[in-house]
Amino acid sequence: MSAEHTAGATSLRSAGVMLAFALAFTMMMATTYRFTRPHIEAAREAEKMKLIDAVLPPGRYDNQLLDDVVELGPTPALGLRQGGRVYRARRGGADAALIVEATAPDGYGGRIELLVAVGADDRLAGVRATAHAETPGLGDYIDPRKDRNKKAPWIEQFRGRAAKPATVLALRKDGGELDYRVGATISARAVAGAVARALGWTLSHDTRLYAAPAGSRYQP
Amino acid sequence: MDKQITREIVTNGLWKQNPGLVQLLGLCPILAISTNLINAVSLGLATILVMLLANLGVAALRNFIPYEVRIPVFILIIASLVTVVDLAFNAWLHGLYLVLGIFIPLIVTNCIVLARVEAFAAKNDIVHSSLDGLAQGAGLLAVLAALGAMREVVGSGTLFSGIDLLVDGATPLLLFGEHYPGFLLAILPPGAFFALGLLIALRNWIEGRAAARRQRAAAVVPTPEAGTA
Repeated sequence: MSAEHTAGATSLRSAGVMLAFALAFTMMMATTYRFTRPHIEAAREAEKMKLIDAVLPPGRYDNQLLDDVVELGPTPALGLRQGGRVYRARRGGADAALIVEATAPDGYGGRIELLVAVGADDRLAGVRATAHAETPGLGDYIDPRKDRNKKAPWIEQFRGRAAKPATVLALRKDGGELDYRVGATISARAVAGAVARALGWTLSHDTRLYAAPAGSRYQP
Repeated sequence: MDKQITREIVTNGLWKQNPGLVQLLGLCPILAISTNLINAVSLGLATILVMLLANLGVAALRNFIPYEVRIPVFILIIASLVTVVDLAFNAWLHGLYLVLGIFIPLIVTNCIVLARVEAFAAKNDIVHSSLDGLAQGAGLLAVLAALGAMREVVGSGTLFSGIDLLVDGATPLLLFGEHYPGFLLAILPPGAFFALGLLIALRNWIEGRAAARRQRAAAVVPTPEAGTA
């Protein structure tokens, strides 16, 4: 009877101590979260701006790009399953460029997330791979941070190219104009295909994309 | 603080009980993140920080933790500390945070942290426990750095790639020129096992030689009994 009593008391005490620890450490995490949140948001914005700067030089627009956004629903032409965003660059009120999120579904290591900038002159302003799982040292040259050729990274080939003729945005091996590395064709081909599709889609929607209210959801 | 104990804690962490080469704990992050020197050292530093804080916290609170529920409480403490470190990296070292990604939260599951907390910090005072966390973490960092450097040099012919995430404008070293074809195997997971195997073999070889030397020294110096017999 008394042994049972002590066992009950012990487990009750243990439960109480665990509860106290859980409360104290949750409080510690909550405090850290509140304290770091503004810094984390600023860092995220800066990171996004760095990618945007890479596809579109800051001199080509003068508006608040990160606020001038149109939300996209799932868009098969862009490879977007969950939806994505279009950033709109303007200069002196005139349309300057659209920066479109797109995905190449057929990379060697799965999906390759891309940022594609299309200028108002209907030419590609720049392309960047923002997230991918291509083989390190082999297919990851699609990402200029991993590309060993620092002077002329592979992905810079897209800069200034137009949608016509239709074969331009394909690898040389497939009859196009883009170089690729031997032995790692799949990654390059996936990016080239996704960029070509994204460019085509953007050009056929650009008037409405520029005109849509900021922050609205685009209805194709 | 007793000098003898201090020495023992440090040599245990760095050599005798090195977590990466002897205890072989925490292999998941060691093998996954050591594709280059900067990643490896960064994760090593994050792990040292967590081990130091976890050992410190547990040693300070050890008298309040009931023996029966110590493991869940330890895990709670470690997980909270890792969350704090994760948030701090996200806020102030964002570039690195993106590279290390899932491996910062995964420090929670690194057995070495819980192992040191349970084996050392739960039974020792704050000062010695902190030192143990530091020494064990430093041992792990050394192994991570060696692995990262080996795999990066052999695999991609560079050193310090990714340093621009830490220091603005710094560029990595190109050791064998721009046309080094790379050695993919070193960067892929099997390369991690090979490199770790080589390091363990090296350590065992050095240990073996030291042991042989001790034995020879013991054999050469005759004991008084041996002399009379």
